[in-house]
Amino acid sequence: MSTAVVTPGAPGFGRKAARQAGEWVPAVVVFVAGIALWEGTISAFHIQQFLLPRPSDIAKTCWTERGTLWPAGWYTFKEALGGFVIGSLAGMAAATLVGRFQRLGPALMPIAIAANAVPIIAFAPIFNAWFDPLSPNSKMAIAAVLCFFPVMVNTLRGLTSVSPRQIELMRSYAASELTIWRRVRVPTALPYIFTSLKIASVLSMIGAVVGEYFGGSTNAIGVLIRSKAQILDFQVAWAGILVVSLLGIALYLAVVGSERVVIRWAPEQRDS
Amino acid sequence: MNEAQPVVEISSVTKTFAHGNVTALQDIDLTFRTGEFVSLIGPSGCGKSTLLRVVGDLIEPTSGTVTVNGKPARQARADRDYGIVFQDSVLFDWRTVAKNIGLPLELLGWDRAKRKQRIDEMLDLVELGSFGDHHPWQLSGGMQQRVSIARALAFEPALLLMDEPFGALDEMTRERMNLELLSIWQQLGSTVVFVTHSISEAVFLSSRVVVMSPRPGRVAGTIDIDLPYPRAAETRDEPHFFELVTQVRDLLRKRGEHLLPEEEQALAEAAE
Repeated sequence: MSTAVVTPGAPGFGRKAARQAGEWVPAVVVFVAGIALWEGTISAFHIQQFLLPRPSDIAKTCWTERGTLWPAGWYTFKEALGGFVIGSLAGMAAATLVGRFQRLGPALMPIAIAANAVPIIAFAPIFNAWFDPLSPNSKMAIAAVLCFFPVMVNTLRGLTSVSPRQIELMRSYAASELTIWRRVRVPTALPYIFTSLKIASVLSMIGAVVGEYFGGSTNAIGVLIRSKAQILDFQVAWAGILVVSLLGIALYLAVVGSERVVIRWAPEQRDS
Repeated sequence: MNEAQPVVEISSVTKTFAHGNVTALQDIDLTFRTGEFVSLIGPSGCGKSTLLRVVGDLIEPTSGTVTVNGKPARQARADRDYGIVFQDSVLFDWRTVAKNIGLPLELLGWDRAKRKQRIDEMLDLVELGSFGDHHPWQLSGGMQQRVSIARALAFEPALLLMDEPFGALDEMTRERMNLELLSIWQQLGSTVVFVTHSISEAVFLSSRVVVMSPRPGRVAGTIDIDLPYPRAAETRDEPHFFELVTQVRDLLRKRGEHLLPEEEQALAEAAE
């Protein structure tokens, strides 16, 4: 497809890319200004290295300590990813059950909402005890529990937001419940599901790292950040936080990317 | 075309809601013959949309029977004898225009080549030949409704049920759509049951107008529209057109006055 040709319905790719790049400009400006301010403040007020390292030093440490930081980050990333997949699938499965058998809703939803109010993070030490603190399973469990609720609630809302007319139309074609499910309910729910997956992707990384603060394998990034902070090696601790953030963003962007592939038709993808 | 053969036979159909407190339809007896264009007209609350749904087996009558093509309505729905068009076009955003039209054909298990051929025919019929690859939200309201009609007609159902299909359109678009619908109906020779609350629309389109009165929904009378087909925009200026409009209006007015106080009360209670 030529990038120069712009036709209605097939929006020009070049123009779209240029406009999207334009949307990023303010964020990039603010980011760069923030980093510059950070660097400048440390020089101007002679702030001690251990209180707040320079951004340039943190970035440098990310590189010099790459042999330990990145494998540790990858180890934690795998825990988060496992929890993300398990928690999200369980959330979708629960929503499917409640959506299919609507009588389960009043029985389960109040309990689910109440359970969500419990600070799951506080359960991290307990999960460590249940699933062995040194194994990745305990971190996966925490991440999975964190992911479960937003995915379930959003999926359920999506599955039940189908218009009654659409159901009547499908019934007039003598479509089975399964067909209505596949052709109407699931496509309607997809934008809701992806919204929740974006939330869950970030939560899973938080869950895994917090789980590691309460004990975990020495080659996990959460454990590394904590031990470095304890010996006042803040430069490496900050570098570890940067690594975690970058990996979290990577997972988030992977979800955004798959959303763009799966639902090209969704309102936010529309060429307005 | 065999004028005498009945497509729909409605015999003593009664439908009550709210545990029998509200009678939406009372003792309806009607016969629609092959190739007829029948309009159901009446004030809101007269049960015209309910009657349409009873014919289409989307609502079960409390008592009485509906026979379509000599079989019970349930069987007719299972045999895909119905095409339905609602006021809202009920198109699926995630499907292109062509795929929306092809939806009933997919459900009927037509192969891809056969589907494509029919979709192209239908796109030409509703004059949307170049819009097959567009998504519904890229079209105007009138165009969306044409897609909806094309979808309803794609599998050549015995009966086209239309529930105020042009109610949401502006007057000019509506009159143009009326002409287009007539031309499609004459090309295909299908039987149409058309719900509307516009007297002029009913007279202009129909070979027969069934006037209904509210609370409880009853047939107030039937008026044969003996204006010759094909009808054109000028038909609306003919003296006989006005006479027929007046006849329908008189029938509506006469029945509208006969509201029993207890019927009003029952309806008000049901609405709470």
